[in-house]
Amino acid sequence: MTVESTAARKPRRSAGTKRTSARKSPSTEPALVQLLTPEGKRVRTAQNAEYEPYVEAVTPEELRGLYRDMVLTRRFDAEATSLQRQGELGLWASLLGQEAAQIGSGRALRDDDYVFPTYREHGVAWCRGVDPTNLLGMFRGVNNGGWDPNGNNFHLYTIVIGSQTLHATGYAMGIAKDGADSAVIAYFGDGASSQGDVAESFTFSAVYNAPVVFFCQNNQWAISEPTEKQTRVPLYQRAQGFGFPGVRVDGNDVLACLAVTRWALERARRGEGPTLVEAFTYRMGAHTTSDDPTRYRHDDERAAWEAKDPIARLRSYLESETDTPQELEGFFAELETESEALGRRVREVVRAMPDPDHFAIFENVYADGHALVDEERAQFAAYQASFADVEGGK
Amino acid sequence: MAEKMALAKAINESLRKALEADPKVLIMGEDVGKLGGVFRVTDGLQKDFGEDRVIDTPLAESGIVGTAIGLALRGYRPVVEIQFDGFVFPAYDQIVTQLAKMHARSLGKVKLPVVVRIPYGGGIGAVEHHSESPEALFAHVAGLKIASPSNASDAYWMMQQAIQSDDPVIFFEPKRRYWDKAEVSREAIPDPLHKARVVREGTDLTLAAYGPMVKLCHEVAQAAAEEGKSLEVLDLRSVSPIDFDSVQASVQKTGRLVVVHEAPVFFGSGAEIAARITERCFYHLEAPVLRVGGYHAPYPPARLEEEYLPGLDRVLDAVDRSLAY
Repeated sequence: MTVESTAARKPRRSAGTKRTSARKSPSTEPALVQLLTPEGKRVRTAQNAEYEPYVEAVTPEELRGLYRDMVLTRRFDAEATSLQRQGELGLWASLLGQEAAQIGSGRALRDDDYVFPTYREHGVAWCRGVDPTNLLGMFRGVNNGGWDPNGNNFHLYTIVIGSQTLHATGYAMGIAKDGADSAVIAYFGDGASSQGDVAESFTFSAVYNAPVVFFCQNNQWAISEPTEKQTRVPLYQRAQGFGFPGVRVDGNDVLACLAVTRWALERARRGEGPTLVEAFTYRMGAHTTSDDPTRYRHDDERAAWEAKDPIARLRSYLESETDTPQELEGFFAELETESEALGRRVREVVRAMPDPDHFAIFENVYADGHALVDEERAQFAAYQASFADVEGGK
Repeated sequence: MAEKMALAKAINESLRKALEADPKVLIMGEDVGKLGGVFRVTDGLQKDFGEDRVIDTPLAESGIVGTAIGLALRGYRPVVEIQFDGFVFPAYDQIVTQLAKMHARSLGKVKLPVVVRIPYGGGIGAVEHHSESPEALFAHVAGLKIASPSNASDAYWMMQQAIQSDDPVIFFEPKRRYWDKAEVSREAIPDPLHKARVVREGTDLTLAAYGPMVKLCHEVAQAAAEEGKSLEVLDLRSVSPIDFDSVQASVQKTGRLVVVHEAPVFFGSGAEIAARITERCFYHLEAPVLRVGGYHAPYPPARLEEEYLPGLDRVLDAVDRSLAY
């Protein structure tokens, strides 16, 4: 539901579709943009009419493409979790359950748009064409970000919560100065919504009318803290106070995420400024492989969200729509083979990933060099060489 | 063509030159536009270069630096102003965690040519949080470069060099010297940004300082000369990197070193200089390296700042103590 102005909102409010006590019970949460029900049924409502044009032309092949993206992303993610368990990675932040939010928004982007991710946007990275094995370097501990941000217009993962929303805003201000019609998307989560930097990015983007889409994946949990510890209002409503629209979308509905993100990006391209999209979803797994969710949440909550699974939902829809079920089965089988191959490749690449050269410590600290770094590198080299002397003397 | 101008005016002229030379240079900060900054350092720039390049920002320091990072990623060269030293801390996270590290974590793929201008130091009778010297808090962070001019000519040229640098530079401007005038030659060939300079030669003891304390050290050397002592004054100009080779050369000549800064002595830049010079010049030193600076106390109310800041007598006292060894 869009909140563009009080005038636009009034009739809905008087119709009782929104309640101030929304946060207390899921049943009274405000309505969200949903185009595919959890059962995989395509719905067209008057309330969603604004977003429908953005997915009107989606072909069955494109739907399969979205399905493939989600399946392969989930497979990659599961593989990474296993690799952490096997000691090949130090840590992994799983995106399990958030595939639709990431693939839907990621596939809404143009090549010239720019992405500022958190550390969990593996699905968006996939959409941008970043080799998934590149994402694993930092989790293995061989680098702090192994890809060229400008190669795919996909910035490095940002670990500190919310900082990247300001970078996204600045980048978008630059696009506006250049007179380009590209847009920026900034990912963050419900936890980050409490950070001052996120509030400042809302202020700056609104004041300068920057072409940026703030894409908040509300996955209900910031490690152990539920959304209630971050906010007293539905997060998308925050936008109103800053003077731009906010909309809540079913984050487990890939079609709705695609439609709403395209709509928001088009607003940005037209010079209408920022938009906040709150993708209402669920972190099915732990915060990271170091986390133990059994200490703070119940299994029945997870079970309720499992029934809304983004991949199962699209699969049901594809099955219900097809005239050639056998051919569709063939597609699923082929995808399973592709998925296995991806898993195998990820395993092989990670296991073969070499440790960095010791002198990498001193590389790229500065662009133009620094006398102290040079001095310490030389000291380190002499120290290292002292071992070579000992070994050589044997 | 040399022209006599105040230090603040020299920075203004330098920013103007940078805006003229490169359309990617931007000025950002609170009140930098119409007002020309609270110290008028950006006076007239918005009028001549427009609101799109000389940008009045919301009052949010983290936002200023954070969006400057984004603009730099887009290919711009933002020069941001933090209005006063004590206001930089809301931006400290963006500076330390993001600005300083992004080049390294991108394995050199992205450059962050951002200049953060900070008017710093005391001596102007200001209220709380307007007189601090936080340079050591930034010098401790790899990825940042830190410069501080002591005079108008250096202010002009060092600002040019800071803007041309592909590394982030924290540019500490000695606010109590903003109105001090000196010759600025626009045709000069400037020293490298991070090179120290001997500004007065001497044989008995080296005084090392930067920014606002260089002028004081000149006065100290003058007073000492009247007592027959020959002090060398070294303007460090850069706090990261520090030109230790120049300090070493001077100390090997004089055998004695006193470091002077407004910042608290404890964990200050003087401590680093003392440790390094002790290591480099152990057999040349006639006395331990001494430091004169602020106390381990919050910057005091203005009526007490003369007691807190290093002054002529306190530095002379340190000189005497060093010479007494």
